[in-house]
Amino acid sequence: MIQTLAFYLFAIMVVLSAGLVITARNPVHSVLWLILAFFNAAGLMLLVGAEFIAMLLVIVYVGAVAVLFLFVVMMLDIDFSELRGGFVRYLPFGVAVAVVLLCEIIVAGTAWEAGPVELAGRTALVPDPAAIPNIQALGTLLYTRYLFVFEGAGLVLLVAMIGAIVLTHRARGGVRQQNVTRQNMRRPQDATRNTNPPVGQGVEL
Amino acid sequence: MIGLQHYLTVSAILFVMGVLGIFINRKNVIIILMSIELILLSVNLNLVAFSAYLHDLVGQIFAMFVLTVAAGEAAIGLAILVIYFRGRGTIAVDDANRMKG
Repeated sequence: MIQTLAFYLFAIMVVLSAGLVITARNPVHSVLWLILAFFNAAGLMLLVGAEFIAMLLVIVYVGAVAVLFLFVVMMLDIDFSELRGGFVRYLPFGVAVAVVLLCEIIVAGTAWEAGPVELAGRTALVPDPAAIPNIQALGTLLYTRYLFVFEGAGLVLLVAMIGAIVLTHRARGGVRQQNVTRQNMRRPQDATRNTNPPVGQGVEL
Repeated sequence: MIGLQHYLTVSAILFVMGVLGIFINRKNVIIILMSIELILLSVNLNLVAFSAYLHDLVGQIFAMFVLTVAAGEAAIGLAILVIYFRGRGTIAVDDANRMKG
């Protein structure tokens, strides 16, 4: 009973906040609604026993991605009222596409219910949730069977990080910077000179 | 336990809302990126729901990889957005035809 109640609460909240994400006038409000949507989706995942993914969703999305969005929205000085111009113009087309898509998904769901598709006839990989917790089972699978894919995911993140830095970095002119290579290449014999000036005469530099 | 159909319905509605968001906010890239995040979230919800109901943990593993790609995509997308804004002073993308593609 309480599970059903929680499901409907989370489901309604996630749909509502998703609707507000795409219709909010102020993008800052959009980001905040997005955070609410992610929280409620995490709640939905928690209900089916995927605790680790739910916590990951909160940490990665709310902690990193949403804050990144907030940073960018607030950093850029954008006239948002100007960007609302095409809202009414694109609305009918967008709604038409959305309705078609929703109908197709409903048809697909009905067809799936009419005759079940033979889904992967292998033995189930999930152990008994009472015996082994979700995180442990997930870790066991991830670090054995999917190790290389996991490393590939790490590589994707590395490339994304380097790409973001390279894209947004700009060399500022007129700023004195340290040139580490030149400093390291410098040798004492290039930098200093021994002289033996005669008495009474100066040193020609 | 809630039926699988309920989860699939929520996920489908979320997906359609993401697509709708892309269409009705054609000018504002930030909202478009957020709509893409919504779409990926609905896919993740689908994967996790199927994983729970088929008693197969691989769906959750795959959801993690989708999460990784979504995070990388958001970072790169926002970086492109920042340099686009730096160059043009606006983020209206419906007239972004400099490459004449």
